[in-house]
Amino acid sequence: MSDKTTNPIAFVAKGTIPPAPPPASQAGVVKWVRDNLFSSVPNGVLTLVALAVIYLLLQKTVPWLVNGVWTTSSLNECREVLDGRVGACFSVLTERWHQLLYGFKYPADQYWRPNLALVLLLVAAAPVLFFDLPRKLLIFTGLYPFIAFWLIWGGTIMAPIVALVGFVAAGAVFQIYGRGSFALGFFGGIATALIVWTLGGMLIPEGASDNAMLQAVPSRDLGGFMLNLMLGVTCVSLSLPLGIALALGRQSDMPLIKWICVVFIEFVRGVPLITLLFVASVMLAYFFPPDATVDLFLRVVIMITLFSAAYIAEVIRGGLAALPKGQYEAADSLGLDYPQAMRLIILPQALKISIPGIVNVAVGLFKDTTLVSVISMFDLVGMIRGPILASTEWNGVYWELLGFAAFLFFIVCYGISQYSQWLERRLATDHR
Amino acid sequence: MNKSVFLGALTVAGIAAGAAAAGTLDDVKARGKLNCGVTTGLVGFAAPNANGEWEGFDVAVCRAVAAAVLGDSTAVEFVPTTGKTRFTALASGEIDMLARNTTWTFSRDVDLKFEFTGVNYYDGQGFMVPKDLGVSSAKELDGATVCIQTGTTTELNLADFFRSNNISYEPVPIETNAEAQQQYLAGACDVYTTDASGLAATRATFDDPAGHVLLPEIISKEPLGPLVRHGDHEWGDVVRWTLNALITAEELGVTSANLAEMSAGTNNPEINRLLGTEGTLGEMLGLSADWAKNAIASGGNYGEVFAKNIGEDTPIGLARGLNAQWTEGGLLYSPPFR
Repeated sequence: MSDKTTNPIAFVAKGTIPPAPPPASQAGVVKWVRDNLFSSVPNGVLTLVALAVIYLLLQKTVPWLVNGVWTTSSLNECREVLDGRVGACFSVLTERWHQLLYGFKYPADQYWRPNLALVLLLVAAAPVLFFDLPRKLLIFTGLYPFIAFWLIWGGTIMAPIVALVGFVAAGAVFQIYGRGSFALGFFGGIATALIVWTLGGMLIPEGASDNAMLQAVPSRDLGGFMLNLMLGVTCVSLSLPLGIALALGRQSDMPLIKWICVVFIEFVRGVPLITLLFVASVMLAYFFPPDATVDLFLRVVIMITLFSAAYIAEVIRGGLAALPKGQYEAADSLGLDYPQAMRLIILPQALKISIPGIVNVAVGLFKDTTLVSVISMFDLVGMIRGPILASTEWNGVYWELLGFAAFLFFIVCYGISQYSQWLERRLATDHR
Repeated sequence: MNKSVFLGALTVAGIAAGAAAAGTLDDVKARGKLNCGVTTGLVGFAAPNANGEWEGFDVAVCRAVAAAVLGDSTAVEFVPTTGKTRFTALASGEIDMLARNTTWTFSRDVDLKFEFTGVNYYDGQGFMVPKDLGVSSAKELDGATVCIQTGTTTELNLADFFRSNNISYEPVPIETNAEAQQQYLAGACDVYTTDASGLAATRATFDDPAGHVLLPEIISKEPLGPLVRHGDHEWGDVVRWTLNALITAEELGVTSANLAEMSAGTNNPEINRLLGTEGTLGEMLGLSADWAKNAIASGGNYGEVFAKNIGEDTPIGLARGLNAQWTEGGLLYSPPFR
């Protein structure tokens, strides 16, 4: 009786309902799959097609990778070992890795030299790339080109020392006279460097390289991925300052400088890199007597540097154009002269805007270094196309070699691109 | 005016190059090294091995010349050249001689101002077919699909051959040798045609070389030989007679094995003249008396060089064919050493 009258409500909850798991269709894997892969009929179809394609790819590549042979000494032996099964012949990499990395003529007992140069390169590049590091490390960066030159080419240590002294003397002259007059300091510095190099060159005795501590290695003996890296690093680091100078020159009010820069940039952008390389390797040989040619490596470095400098100049010009006019006027109103305005106000902003473009050029340039295989330099691709595929043992191995080359290039290029993204995030301080 | 300055500079450069070309033999001796242009890599003809040493049929010519001139077959700086850079490298004096499977043609000899010093390999355009096709002569190829590299003399030779034999074919144009291999193996064409030595080298790389045959017809002439710059006849003679010495050595039975014995003196006066124990042939060339002996010692006579690099016991497996001695029905015929 009492329960009928005192409590007309049929049900009262005595506590909170224990939480139930979400319905199976709204949680976990099922929901993710439904949302991301089968959200609509077209998406579902695309998913199935994609799965089929991935399956077909893996079906071919996985056995090829897993069955790979690593220990034979020729393609025919690979085929015997595989005995009709599908499988890669990675033996070519284990047998010829040193040729792929260093070229076929770099003395094998000296491989530690380019290796050490590469490690030091990382140390030298670190303070430039990551500006949280102590600035004193930049001293080592300044010394690095001379150390690397000595390590890789070997020979007398006097040559890089004289070169270094020349630069130091030029820098000192510029510091002293550059304050009064930029032109005096600039041309005085160049003249000083030339004088030091000429005098120093006379001091180095003939044949000093013959019994040097490090055996001398001529440029022609460099090759493999080492050559690609050397060309890439040298040309990028040289073409960046040159590109900045060209971009500023193109904006200059002085007609002579402006027109020199415009003509240079437009000319270089108007011709393919490969023609410049042919000029470097073939045409220049006509203009020098046979025994006094400029080193082929140097000729190629000059050509690639000029080429990429023109592109970088245009990228930076885009950055300069993107700055509001007020920034230039603000610099002027502060009473800064032209170098100060550029150094303190304009370039830091313009370069930041230009980072993606510059990195684009750098990555493209690095990959373009494989073009030197066409002028019979044995870079990574040249080694593959020439000596290795032309050996009786390995003629016919394509995927393994070119895949290895692609892998090496991907590591470097992906690294560069990741660094540039980090740099952009880091510098986003920001006006947007 | 600017133009005239530029032309003046060109002229000076031309004169300098010409002057440098004058005494190549003396240059090589003074330098102590022969600069020899080779290909960047062609199976059997020139390629560096796993230790980085150049090997091959064309390389052997360079080594023989270095041995004849300098007495040391390793005193060679091999300068790799591509099809595009080879002639400028030679003309500019960057290399002393070019041994890069280069076909001796009229225009190269006359118009480009080079001097071919002989023929070290008689090549010609051939055909390769799968054995299953059951064809034994190119004249049975009526209606066949043929893989050819576009823009080459190969293409023209092929059209001529089929027209003159009044049979039809369907061309499959391709760009490179590597692409051709893939297309041919995939069955996109019944026949692959290019230079016979190239066919043999290509076949050697196949999974199943025995499943493919080279047809007997050779439909073009491709005499390959070393060349030097026009106008330096002393140097041209050195290269020409070094090659002839290798060929003559095979004809006379002088091998690297019996060289020491033979050079002590034999009953055959021509062998004696060749090896320098009689006469003054070396002196006439401006070389030492044992120049030919050194050249032969560098890699053996022509037959040994052939057998070691491209002969039937190698994976490439080329038969001597036209490259046999004239006494055995081939075309190799060296002028006498007298």
